[in-house]
Amino acid sequence: MSTTYLIKNVAVLGGAPTDLLLQDGVIADIGPEAGDRGASAGERVEIDASGLVALPGLVDLHTHLREPGREDAETVESGTRAAALGGFTAVHAMANTEPVADTAGVVEQVWRLGREAGHCDVYPVGAVTVGLAGERLAELGAMADSAARVRVFSDDGQCVSDAVLMRRALEYVKAFDGVIAQHAQEPRLTEGAQMNEGELSGRLGLTGWPAVAEEAIIARDCLLTAHVGSRLHVCHVSTAGSVDIVRDAKRKGWNVTAEACPHHLLLTDELAATYDPIYKVNPPLRSQTDVDALRAGLADGTIDIVATDHAPHPHEDKDCEWAAAANGMLGLETALSIVQQTMVDTGLLDWAGVAERMSYAPARIGRVAEHGRPIEQGEPANVVLYDPAARRTIEASESASLSRNTPYAGRELPGRVVATFLRGKATVLDGKLA
Amino acid sequence: MKRHLLSAADLTRDDAELVLATADEMRSLADRPIKKLPALRGRTVVNLFFEDSTRTRISFEAAAKRLSADVINFAAKGSSLSKGESLKDTALTLEAMGADAVVVRHGSSGAPHRLAHSGWVRSSVVNAGDGTHEHPTQALLDAFTMWKHLGGSRPGGLEGRKIAIVGDVLHSRVARSNALLLRTLGAEVTLVAPPTLLPVGIEGWPVETSYDLDSVLPKADAVMMLRVQRERMHGGFFPTAREYSRRYGLDGKRMATLQDHTIVMHPGPMVRGMEITADVADSDRSVIVEQVTNGVAVRMAVLYLLLSGNEPAGSMVEGEE
Amino acid sequence: MPSRDTATTDVGRVVLDDLDITRALTRISHEILERNKGAGDLVLLGIPSRGVPLAQRIAARMAAVEGYDVPVGSIDVTMYRDDLRMKPARALLHTQIPAGGIDGKVVVLVDDVLFSGRTIRAALDALNDIGRPKAVRLAVLVDRGHRELPIRADFVGKNLPTSLVERVKVTLAGVDDVDAVTIQGTLANTDGEGEA
Repeated sequence: MSTTYLIKNVAVLGGAPTDLLLQDGVIADIGPEAGDRGASAGERVEIDASGLVALPGLVDLHTHLREPGREDAETVESGTRAAALGGFTAVHAMANTEPVADTAGVVEQVWRLGREAGHCDVYPVGAVTVGLAGERLAELGAMADSAARVRVFSDDGQCVSDAVLMRRALEYVKAFDGVIAQHAQEPRLTEGAQMNEGELSGRLGLTGWPAVAEEAIIARDCLLTAHVGSRLHVCHVSTAGSVDIVRDAKRKGWNVTAEACPHHLLLTDELAATYDPIYKVNPPLRSQTDVDALRAGLADGTIDIVATDHAPHPHEDKDCEWAAAANGMLGLETALSIVQQTMVDTGLLDWAGVAERMSYAPARIGRVAEHGRPIEQGEPANVVLYDPAARRTIEASESASLSRNTPYAGRELPGRVVATFLRGKATVLDGKLA
Repeated sequence: MKRHLLSAADLTRDDAELVLATADEMRSLADRPIKKLPALRGRTVVNLFFEDSTRTRISFEAAAKRLSADVINFAAKGSSLSKGESLKDTALTLEAMGADAVVVRHGSSGAPHRLAHSGWVRSSVVNAGDGTHEHPTQALLDAFTMWKHLGGSRPGGLEGRKIAIVGDVLHSRVARSNALLLRTLGAEVTLVAPPTLLPVGIEGWPVETSYDLDSVLPKADAVMMLRVQRERMHGGFFPTAREYSRRYGLDGKRMATLQDHTIVMHPGPMVRGMEITADVADSDRSVIVEQVTNGVAVRMAVLYLLLSGNEPAGSMVEGEE
Repeated sequence: MPSRDTATTDVGRVVLDDLDITRALTRISHEILERNKGAGDLVLLGIPSRGVPLAQRIAARMAAVEGYDVPVGSIDVTMYRDDLRMKPARALLHTQIPAGGIDGKVVVLVDDVLFSGRTIRAALDALNDIGRPKAVRLAVLVDRGHRELPIRADFVGKNLPTSLVERVKVTLAGVDDVDAVTIQGTLANTDGEGEA
């Protein structure tokens, strides 16, 4: 039988302090008398959670675990450890592995590796097209029917730019309530692109990645989704224009959801002036205007969720000149802190809003029934305890990820994940892996 | 001056004027029987070229040798070294060899910046052209040439002078560095190009822009024609070479609209018949050959000013800027 | 950036005034002509910055006496200094070799103050790269002693015994406000022109 935890004086979603009893994988009781139930005091662990906020276990809709294929950058084991330390109890593993997760066999392998690791649940994302090549549909149905129960499909890293193929994908996934998560990037407009296109890209001599290349695809996909009556999820929205397009689509009642990444909520393209590729990411860091629009969109619900786009890369892929470097940044262990800094501490979101955007909504979009549940009696005991008053300076070498490409190294960030519980079992305690 | 020369923006007005004045003294060396100065004796200058550029490499080599430095040429083009991660390994090799200055040409914008600021080497880094970013010594030699012709070789001599830079600004590291440096020196720069060959956000640059060459030429004190690669046609930047030449090429007819004192420049290599016709390139107004001569003097000045204050490699204090 | 002239607020003690300097230069001019048996073959090269106006004044006096314009030029020794690496890069000063060159000529180097001798050593090296004079002489307005190299002046305006912490400052009308040589005793000379 698993350990029973009595969590005392915890502020559920930032509310008044209360007690939580986690027993047999569920939230057995809530309230001042929670400790009176269940196992006797001698058989349970008491945690003094004064000053801590309890949130439902976080759900990431956009994680790169790199296994199979690039186990030098990350494995399911190491990536889910990082996830647990970041307060996540479920992550969606993107399909751009080697081989690509475009068959039932590969997605089941990733799913099984996640279960074996046990740090958090892993929901594989299936590729939309075979080999992410954008030419023909992968066996979406087989992946949906597999043990991994895939519901999110994405060619992330590549855009499904062919309009006909995108239309077919959107139509096809209706059969099993799937969603197409689009990496919106018009390929011709972004040939050789290195950073946000603007005055700075011109000065730095780095080929620009224009906002319109993202916005044009999002607009097209919203129209396609409405036309065929399907579900679209827009990955890593990065521009003010994209926020407007999504807002319009939602106003029209179209079934469109969108995500923003922590780095796009905090960092701007000015960092490219260092030519340090630690800041190279796709879509690129944008302007302060875009950052502000993303925050506003996340606050008003236009952007449904925060997703990390955790993208580990080995040292040598970043320790080089900008153009030769890989795109992407680590994100799992810092996501909640960045959201606190950019959304909570600024008054744009309360903790209930954070729970919605980092747990409930991503679970709904991914059709994950076991996660993103409210903290209520009888619900699965997927809970994270978070200390918003803590401050920490990020050290790249301390990451649980196999990679070190965090753009926040040396920065002081607010907050710290104290404990993470997955179905009542502690995956993290005292800020360390349990 | 800063320890590295990575961008024309690294130079203050005083720095830039000092380089010009120093280059002027260096240039007189060409008239002496012994064309060598002992200033950098015992120092090592490495020419690290990841892209072919014989002209620039020779110019830096001559400059370093005339200052008595030891020169090592390191051509990485075409070998396995032209791959990304090897920039670091190459840098570590140079560091181990005790290079005092690394002159780097690289196809990636910002590569010299990485070399200077990543902690791989302690040498001074001189950007000899990086991607579509900058080419500061080319800008210095262009400014020097203008300063000799238009500025009377006096401090502040380029103040208020009108310079037109014409051509593929979007892909030109020469245009970027020139715009920054000439502005620093007080000149008024107009970039002339078809809209497709001007970078997005150019409104924020300290320059004027124009799509109409004919309206700019009569006011210019110097006209610099940039090379336009025919490949750009395939990117759809302009329809045909012929149309480009007709709208933005400098031919004898257009040259006739220039003021008497106006000079014509080109950073080379020229595409005769494309951006400039042969009669213009070979005319009295053309200072294109002089630009090459001045290149050596300017690079001597840069190497001297960057290196002479530093202790030799190996005994240098870490992290000084 | 290299330091340019650094003005000092310390006025100091005047050891040569304008009349003294004029007399000294007149005497030096005559000594040079006497030693050289006339102005033929002579080339005067001032060491910038204050050696140059001194050389010009000497040439003017020679012209008055001989009715012949002695070629005057300047020779910057910056690139030949032995302390280039120890100090921030310095601005180069102007080198101007007279049209007739220096081959086979009697070159008189002219400087304001002779101190360690290192500037003159650098000037001799610089001359070596320019040509081969028949002979090289040295004329200075002030010799303050404390030589660090086996170098001596052929023509001296005034021998001025000093201590190492003192600073000798030469100002010349045209470059500065007035003609004067002053001694400032407060701080050791650490920078500035030549060997003052």
